[in-house]
Amino acid sequence: MTARDEILANIRRSLGVTGQEEPRRQAVADRLSRPERGIVPARGQKNGAEAIATFRTYAEAVQTTVAVVSGPAQVPAEAARWLSANNLPARLRMGADARLAAMPWGATTLDVSHGPSAGADLNGVSHAFAGVTETGSLVLLSGPDNPTTINFLPDNHIVVLDSLDLVPALEDVWTRLRAEAGDDPLPRTVNMVTGPSRSGDIDRTIFLGAHGPRALHVIVIDRHATA
Amino acid sequence: MTATITSPAFRENAHQALQDKQLQAVLGTMRTGFSVKRAEAAAALPEFEALRDSARDIKNHTLAHLDLYLEQYEAKVTASGGHVHFARDAAEARRIVADICRALGAKTVTKGKSMISEEIGLNDHLEREGFTPIETDLGEYIIQLRHETPSHIIAPAFHLSAAQVEQDFRRVHTQLPPERDLSEPVSLLNEARQALRQHFLAADVGITGANFLIAETGTSVIVTNEGNGDLTQTLPKAHIVLASLEKLVPTLDDCAQMLRVLARSATGQDSSVYTTFSTGARRASDPDGPGAYHVVLLDNGRTGMLGTSFQEMLRCIRCGACMNHCPVYQAVGGHAYGWTYPGPMGSVLTPALIGVDKGGHLPNASTFCGRCESVCPVRIPLPKLMRHWREKEFERHLTPATSRSGLALWGFFARRPWLYRQATRLGAAALALAARGKGKFASLPFASGWTQGRDFPAPEGRTFQAMWAAQAGKRRLAGAQPDVKGQAQ
Ligand code: SF4
Repeated sequence: MTARDEILANIRRSLGVTGQEEPRRQAVADRLSRPERGIVPARGQKNGAEAIATFRTYAEAVQTTVAVVSGPAQVPAEAARWLSANNLPARLRMGADARLAAMPWGATTLDVSHGPSAGADLNGVSHAFAGVTETGSLVLLSGPDNPTTINFLPDNHIVVLDSLDLVPALEDVWTRLRAEAGDDPLPRTVNMVTGPSRSGDIDRTIFLGAHGPRALHVIVIDRHATA
Repeated sequence: MTATITSPAFRENAHQALQDKQLQAVLGTMRTGFSVKRAEAAAALPEFEALRDSARDIKNHTLAHLDLYLEQYEAKVTASGGHVHFARDAAEARRIVADICRALGAKTVTKGKSMISEEIGLNDHLEREGFTPIETDLGEYIIQLRHETPSHIIAPAFHLSAAQVEQDFRRVHTQLPPERDLSEPVSLLNEARQALRQHFLAADVGITGANFLIAETGTSVIVTNEGNGDLTQTLPKAHIVLASLEKLVPTLDDCAQMLRVLARSATGQDSSVYTTFSTGARRASDPDGPGAYHVVLLDNGRTGMLGTSFQEMLRCIRCGACMNHCPVYQAVGGHAYGWTYPGPMGSVLTPALIGVDKGGHLPNASTFCGRCESVCPVRIPLPKLMRHWREKEFERHLTPATSRSGLALWGFFARRPWLYRQATRLGAAALALAARGKGKFASLPFASGWTQGRDFPAPEGRTFQAMWAAQAGKRRLAGAQPDVKGQAQ
């Protein structure tokens, strides 16, 4: 008997089932085809300007910095301002995201390079798939547009978030992914990022910048302001 | 062989721990860190208690249908280009991991935090097989340098001071100038970041644990604060996930429910910094990510807990709250428990996984104050399960000598009333009863005569939390911060 068959047989013996019982199979099939939303906290259920403000409150509570701009055209200038204000070199690594590519980076003095990070980049910029109001979190999807290595290797990470992509809770991210991508909704990696990297392993004290980015700056494009 | 077991010597271990001044100073900070943060995070979310019910129900439902969800999970992993390997026991799991590493021609293996790796004694095995395993979670890295085991499931190096870490770094990082200044703890963090960056970039295989496995999509989930798990699994040729069977949840939505109670219960964070959902290997268009994805699913005694009263223990999401709130853990630390899992969850799980003959002492390491159950995010009745082990120990007609040493362990705690002082009002009541007993075991409040046929009342959650909240200000010491780290995987 293979390990797999033995383990499944042991589970069935312990539970006193055969695995063929129709009601059990139906219960599982139902659960999988119609996921239960469960309890979703009220604190993230906000719209418009209120959603941005709430997102900002929770993001700043975990040492993310947040800037709100009025349109995509303002993003490169804000990125340049933030890098300069933090005495960081005017260099950025980014993937192939069309929304980022359409922004006027050439109007700044930023030196922009493209592709995944191999570890030598000090600053990276990504476009978020979504923002979660409940926790001030960013949701980033792997792929050529926003390579996962840019989320973790650079010392400083700038993430662009469209306010139209702000959702109350993680459950809403799943709903959107299922609607967009169907039966296999997930890319290889979905990163939910809530603040810059930190550790409490030395002296039982929290220090930022353990292995991932030391700083996380979110640039929110406020579509409600321009609408 | 699994990790070295010293659980039968709990009493001696505990005695040593109580004499260890450095350890005692560290354990003292626990009461001002984790517990206060957890209470504050729970109080700040009106839905928290309902979410605990939801988390319990999700796990109960999954365990009752575990065979079917496992089949679904396996099919989904395979469909997304990954491989699922079932392992009956520790030896089989170790062999599977070593075989994958060998097939890839691996030399260096980076590792994210994984309690399963500790449970199966993976690092020693990989070293014997000629691989170089490197722990990348900062706490795990430090204890690997010291050839120690974790003392806490989410804060493995909790028992160490910055001065001890500095000594270790000076001993090991010999490529750096000896006169460098490491007096500030943050300089230790920076040094570890530099040292580990090289390993991340050079590794051939990355091994992580999993906080959850999602049947709907064949996804593994890791939760960390450092980002080490992500560098571990993203950069090498292959990502191996080590997980026990009970990590499964049905859907992405179910996972979202569990995440809300996990971080709050563990560190008092609303969310951990990095929650990462991994499905299969790198896709055709992906510019980065691992080329291969393997999941090793470990049983190691868990299927035998299903269908018994210990099935409830399989709900555990390894948040560590039960040990953070346990007066016995706070007194003796994690190493005294003598195996991978310390504190109340370890006292229930260890006898089930390594045998009541080796772990049967641990359920006695309790004041039955009930604080563990009152904070457990999945509402595991830990005191009741510890009592079940005690009853089983008697049922099995263990030799009188063994039984006596179990009783002696009770006495050991009962004779140290200050162990109880930090506990709840109920703890104080138990202390009064214990004192009246004057060391006569039969009259202790948690002797089997007392517990047979009646449940020792556990304090009601809200009352307890309210009490903590009221005292939170008093307990917070200037400058003391809670430990923050990824949750145990
Ligand atoms: S038993 Fe409960 S409190 Fe303890 S680690 Fe497991 S889930 Fe957390």
